[in-house]
Amino acid sequence: MTKQLPGVDVVLVGFGWTGAIYAEKLTDAGLDVLALERGPWRDTTKDFATTFAQDELRYYWRHGMFQEASQSTVTFRNNSAQTALPMRSWGSFLPGNGVGGSGVHWNGQTYRFLPSDFVAKSHNEERYGPLPEGMTVQDYGVTYDELEPHFDYFEKICGICGKAGNLNGDIVAGGNPFEGPRSDEYPNPPMEMTFSQDRFEAAARNVGLNPFPVPSANMSRAYVNPLGLQLAPCTYCGFCEKHGCGNYSKSSPQTTIIPALMKRSNFALRTDSEVLSIEKSADGSRTTGVTYVDTSGETFFQPAEIVVLCAYPLENTRLMLLSQIGEPYDPSTGEGVVGKNYCYQVMSGATVFFEEEYTNGFVGAGALGMAADDYNGDNFDHTGLGFIGGGYIACYTTNARPIESHPVPEGVPGWGSEWKQAVQANFLKTASVGVHGASMAHRSNYLDLDPTYTDRHGRPLLRMTFDFTLNDRRLSAHLTPVAEEIARGMGGRDVVVAERKGSYDSVPYQTTHNTGGTIMGTDPKTSVCNRYCQSWDLPNLFVAGAGLFPQNAGYNPTGTVGALAYWSVDAIINKYLGQPGPLVQP
Amino acid sequence: MFSPTRRKVLKAMLFGGTAIAVPSALYAAEYGRGEGMPWSPLRGQPPYYGTTEASFFTPAEREAVAAICARLIPSDDGPGATEADVVTFLDRQMAGFYGRGQHWYMQGPFLEGTATQGYQSEHPPAQLYRRALAALEAHCRNTYEAGFAALSEERQDAVLKGLDEEEITFAEVSAKTFFDLILKNTIEGFFADPLYGGNRDMVAWRYIGFPGTRYDYRDFVGHNGARIELPPVSLMGRPGWSSP
Amino acid sequence: MKAPALISAIGGLAALMATASTAQELSSSQIERGRYLTIAGDCQACHTDIENNGLPFTGGRALGTPFGTIYSPNLTPDDETGLGRWTREEFHDALNEGIDDEGQHLYPAMPYPNYTLMSREETDAIFAYLQSLEPVHAETPENDLPFPLNIRMSVSGWKLLFFEDEEFVPDPDRSEEWNRGRFLVDGPLHCGACHSGKNLLGASQDDEYLRGGLLENWFAPNIRAGAGGGIAHWDTDDIVEFLKYGRAEHTAPMQRMGEVVSISTQHLREEDLRAVATYLKSLEDELREEEDTPDPVRLETGAGLYFDNCAACHAADQSGVPYFFAPLSSSNKVHAEDPSTAIRIILGGARAQPTDTIPSMLAMPPFSWKLSDEQIADLLTYLRGTGDRRAGPVSAAQVTEMREYLAEEEH
Repeated sequence: MTKQLPGVDVVLVGFGWTGAIYAEKLTDAGLDVLALERGPWRDTTKDFATTFAQDELRYYWRHGMFQEASQSTVTFRNNSAQTALPMRSWGSFLPGNGVGGSGVHWNGQTYRFLPSDFVAKSHNEERYGPLPEGMTVQDYGVTYDELEPHFDYFEKICGICGKAGNLNGDIVAGGNPFEGPRSDEYPNPPMEMTFSQDRFEAAARNVGLNPFPVPSANMSRAYVNPLGLQLAPCTYCGFCEKHGCGNYSKSSPQTTIIPALMKRSNFALRTDSEVLSIEKSADGSRTTGVTYVDTSGETFFQPAEIVVLCAYPLENTRLMLLSQIGEPYDPSTGEGVVGKNYCYQVMSGATVFFEEEYTNGFVGAGALGMAADDYNGDNFDHTGLGFIGGGYIACYTTNARPIESHPVPEGVPGWGSEWKQAVQANFLKTASVGVHGASMAHRSNYLDLDPTYTDRHGRPLLRMTFDFTLNDRRLSAHLTPVAEEIARGMGGRDVVVAERKGSYDSVPYQTTHNTGGTIMGTDPKTSVCNRYCQSWDLPNLFVAGAGLFPQNAGYNPTGTVGALAYWSVDAIINKYLGQPGPLVQP
Repeated sequence: MFSPTRRKVLKAMLFGGTAIAVPSALYAAEYGRGEGMPWSPLRGQPPYYGTTEASFFTPAEREAVAAICARLIPSDDGPGATEADVVTFLDRQMAGFYGRGQHWYMQGPFLEGTATQGYQSEHPPAQLYRRALAALEAHCRNTYEAGFAALSEERQDAVLKGLDEEEITFAEVSAKTFFDLILKNTIEGFFADPLYGGNRDMVAWRYIGFPGTRYDYRDFVGHNGARIELPPVSLMGRPGWSSP
Repeated sequence: MKAPALISAIGGLAALMATASTAQELSSSQIERGRYLTIAGDCQACHTDIENNGLPFTGGRALGTPFGTIYSPNLTPDDETGLGRWTREEFHDALNEGIDDEGQHLYPAMPYPNYTLMSREETDAIFAYLQSLEPVHAETPENDLPFPLNIRMSVSGWKLLFFEDEEFVPDPDRSEEWNRGRFLVDGPLHCGACHSGKNLLGASQDDEYLRGGLLENWFAPNIRAGAGGGIAHWDTDDIVEFLKYGRAEHTAPMQRMGEVVSISTQHLREEDLRAVATYLKSLEDELREEEDTPDPVRLETGAGLYFDNCAACHAADQSGVPYFFAPLSSSNKVHAEDPSTAIRIILGGARAQPTDTIPSMLAMPPFSWKLSDEQIADLLTYLRGTGDRRAGPVSAAQVTEMREYLAEEEH
C-alpha cells in the first residue's frame, strides 16, 4: 500500500554534491525542495570526527561509508559473450552512501575538463578525420565557455587551492598552460608541496613538460565561502580518500553547502529513503514524482513538479531503465540511449623507490600533488598514433595507509619474510607517478538491466559490460613511458612500472569515476539529455552527475560534475520556470 | 581500562548515536525545514569493536590459522603476525559482520566467474575459512600425516605456495580464493589499528615507521626527504598518554 | 569594524553583512520596539522548549536551578495557558517587581532583577509585541522544587534580601555609549544572570559582578574586558564580532551562549553591541594570582596528549585557527578559575554556534569514550599550566564528577 504524500516543487533523488547544489540554488529561487537520500544522515563529529576518522580498516576495508553491496550492487562482465556476475563486495570503485555521497570520501582533486573535451567528436574529426568504427564518442552540446562561470562558482564554493595557468587568455607562469581560459584566479593558493612533488616537478621540467600544482579541495589556508561556510586549513594527515575529513579542511557538501541549506524553511531532507521508480503521467509526457521506500519498508508516492536525478551515475541509469524512461541502449544495433557510452578511467603509473631519502608518504593529502597536462586531451598531436584523448601525469602524496599502501620492488614475492622485509625497507621511501587516462566511449561498453540478479526489493540489478578498448590501450601505452621517464628522473634507486595490461578487472581499486549511461548531447537519437541536462523524453526530469559525460576525459570528474550542475540549475531557474517545457527543440 | 561510569557514557554514545533527529511519525527521518544542523553533545559513532569477547574459531582452527599467518608474515628480523596477534584479529573479524558477509551481496545463483569478476563463493568469509581449513587439515594429514600447524616451516611454506599457485585444490571450496582472502585479511590484521585485536602494541607500525592515527603533520610537510621521528599512536592512544 | 582576518578570508561575506544590517533597520512602532527588546532580553530562549523542538515563546523549557527544576511559562496571548488575560500593568509588575497576574512572586530564574531596569515604556512595548504573537495553547508542567521552595511565598523573603526595584539611572560622567552599554548588559541582556557569581541562595553577588559564574555545570567565564579582566585581550571589535557573527578571533559561542547569540545578539544593532563592548572594556579586574608550575611529569603527559589529540584543530603550538578553532593559549575557558566548562567540552564535545552570517557547524567531538579521567585531567593541567594566564591543575576526581553528571543527564 503506497502512501500518497503532499506534493513539492522539486524532488531530488540522492543527496551528494549535485543534490546539494540543486537544492541550494532552487531553494534560493524560492522553490519548495525535498531531497530523498537512500543512506543515513552524516556529519563530521558524528561520523568521522578527528577522534576516530583515521581508521583504515573501518572506512576503506570494511566500507564504512560506502553503499552496502547487500543493498544493491552491479553485475559485471568484460564482454557480452560472458555471463555477468554480481560484484559481491565493491572493488574497483566505491559508490558512496548517505548524506554527502561520495563527496564525503573523495580526495578533492578538482580539475576542469579541457575545452576540446566538450567537443570531442567534432574537434577530433576535424583534426584527424572520422572516428574509428565502433567508437561512439560525442559532443556534450555545451561548451567550455558556457560552463566557465559555473566552474568558477563551484571552485569558489569549494575554496579550491591552485594556480591559474590561463587567465582570460593570458598564459600565467606556474599554472597549467593548457587549461581553458579562466575568468578568475583560484580562490586559494596551492597546497604546500612535499619532497616527492619537488622531485617530480624538476624531473618533469627536465623532459620538457609543464608541471603545475593540482587544484585541490584540501585547504591551503582558512577560507570562508560565498555561503558564509568555513573551511579550515588542511593538516596533511593523509586520510582523505575513502575517509571523511574530521577537521573541516576538505570541501564536501557538508562543509560547503548543507549547513546553509538546512536553515531554509523551504528545504527538507528525508534520509533512509530509497527511490524505487520515477513515475510518469498517464500520457507519458512528464514525470509526476517518485515512489520511494523507507527503512521500515513502507512505500510512499511523492508528487513533484520537477524531479532531478542526483544519485550516483550507475543508479541514475538504473532508475531510468527501471522506470522505462527513454529508449534502452541496444549494443547489437547501436540504437537506444539509456545505458549507452559507459566509460571509466585508464590508470597506469610508475613507482619510484628511493635509497637514502624518505618520502614520508603519511604526510599527505588527497589532492596534494603536481601534475602535467602536456599529454592530456588534444594538447599534443595525435597524428598517426591511432588513438584520441590523453591523460594527466601526476605525482600525488595522498597517504601511506599501510594496509593499502606498501609497495615493494619488482621480483619480491607476495608474502613471507622477503615480502615483509621489503615492505619495511621501502614503506617510507616511495613516490608514485600516475597516468590518469581518458576512457573513450565504445559501442560494446554499456549498462543495462541484469536478467538474473535482483536487489533486496526484487528489482533487477544494473549490468555493466566493460573492457578497455583499443583506444584505451594505445593511449596508455603511449603515456605510461612518459611517466616512467619522469619517474626515472626523480633520483630514486629503482622504478617499477605498472602498465595497463589485460582486461578490466573489477577487483583492485582503481577509481570511482564511472561515467555515462545518461549522457547529454545534441540529438535525442544519441543522447538521454539535452545540453541543459534535461531529459529529452520528460521535460520536467533533469539528470545530474558524471552519467552525463558522453565519454570520460583524462581528469577526475568532480569539477566538471559541479559545473554542469550549476549550469543546469541555472537553466531551470532562468529558462524553465518561466516557460516549463523542453529547453531544446529536438 | 574503563571505569564503570566511563562505560556508561560510552554505552550511551554507542546506542544513542543515531537518534539525533526526532523522526516524525511519518518519515524514517526528516531534516531541514529551517531547523539547522542537528547536533547534541556526546553523540558520535566511535569505532565498532563490540566483538571483543566473541570468537569464531575452534581451538584447532585457531591453531591452524595462527600457523598460516605466521608463515605469511613471519617473525624474523622484526615482529610478524605472531607478535601482532593477527589470529585474534581474524577471530573477531570472522565472528562479526565481516565474517558473516553481512554487507556483501550474497544472493544466488552462484557461478564460477572469471578472475576479473572477483569473489563468487556462496560462502561468506567465515564459512569459507571453516570449510577451507577443514580441507587443508585433511590435505596435510593425507600428505604429511600431520596437521598444518605441526608441519615444519618449510613444509608449511610449500603448502601455502601450493594454494597460492593453485597446485593444491579442495573439492568443496576454492583453495585459491581462500588463500587470497586469508592473505588479505592477515595483512589487514597486521596493519589495522590495534583496537581490532591485531597489530598488538602497534608492533607493525613501529616496524615500518608508520606514525599511526596522527592528524596533523603541518610541521613536517617541508621534510625534504629527511626521516620524521614520531612515535606511533593508535585510536586508543599510546603508552605516553598515561603518567607513570 | 576590524575583522580583517575574517573578512579577508571571506569573499562573499561583506555582501551578506550588508543584507543583515539592512534587515535590522527597525520601524519606530511600539511592536517593533518590543520585538527588539524581546530579542535583546533573549526571552525566547527560556520560554521555548528547545530540547523538545517546542514552538517559540510557548514555554515548557525545564530550567535547572541549584534548587530544583523550574518550567518556563507560555508567553503567547493564549487566554488559558498564556498571557491572553494579562494587562499591561500586570506584565510591567512581572518584569519590574517579579509578581505575576495573581500577585504571586515569580521565581528569580526569571531575571526580573535585571529587567527591572527597563522603563514602563519599554515593558509596554514588549507586552505589545508578545500580544501580537499567534496564541498557542500550551500547558506548563508543574515545577519540581523541594519544600519550602515550592511555596512561592518563600520567594518574598529572597526578594527582600536580594531584589531592588529600580529603573536605570545613567551615569552623567560617562559617555552615552557607555551608559547604553551598561543598560543593555545589566538590563535586557541580563549578562550577570550567568556571568556573575551567585551566593548560596542564587542571587548575583556584587563583588562577583561579571567575574564568572557556574550554571548547570557550565562555568560562564569572566567577561570583564578591562585591564586584568578575563577577556582583557579582546578588543571592542572582538566582542562585537563574537556577539554579531558568532565567530571571533579567540573563540565562538557554544551551548547556552550559542543560544544567546543565535536568538538574541546576532539580531541586535551593531551600535548596541558596540555599546556593550565599550562598557565591558571599562570593567577592570585584579589579576589572578599566578599558580605554581604543575608537576613536570603531568605536564609532559599532558603535552603528549595535546599534540596527539588536539593539534589537528588547535595547532601544535595552541595557536588554533582564529575565527575557526579557538587558540587555547589565550582561552578564557581553559584558563578560567573553574575548569568545569573545559572538562565538559572535552568529555561531551561542543559546537560553534551557527549564525545567519556564518551557518557553518564547526564542532569539537566528544572524547568521553577515548580519554580516561586521568588523561583529561593531565591534558587540562598542561593547558592551564602553560598558557598566557596560568590556572591551577585539574584532578581526575573533578573529571569523574563531571562524567557522572553527564551520564546522568543522558538518562
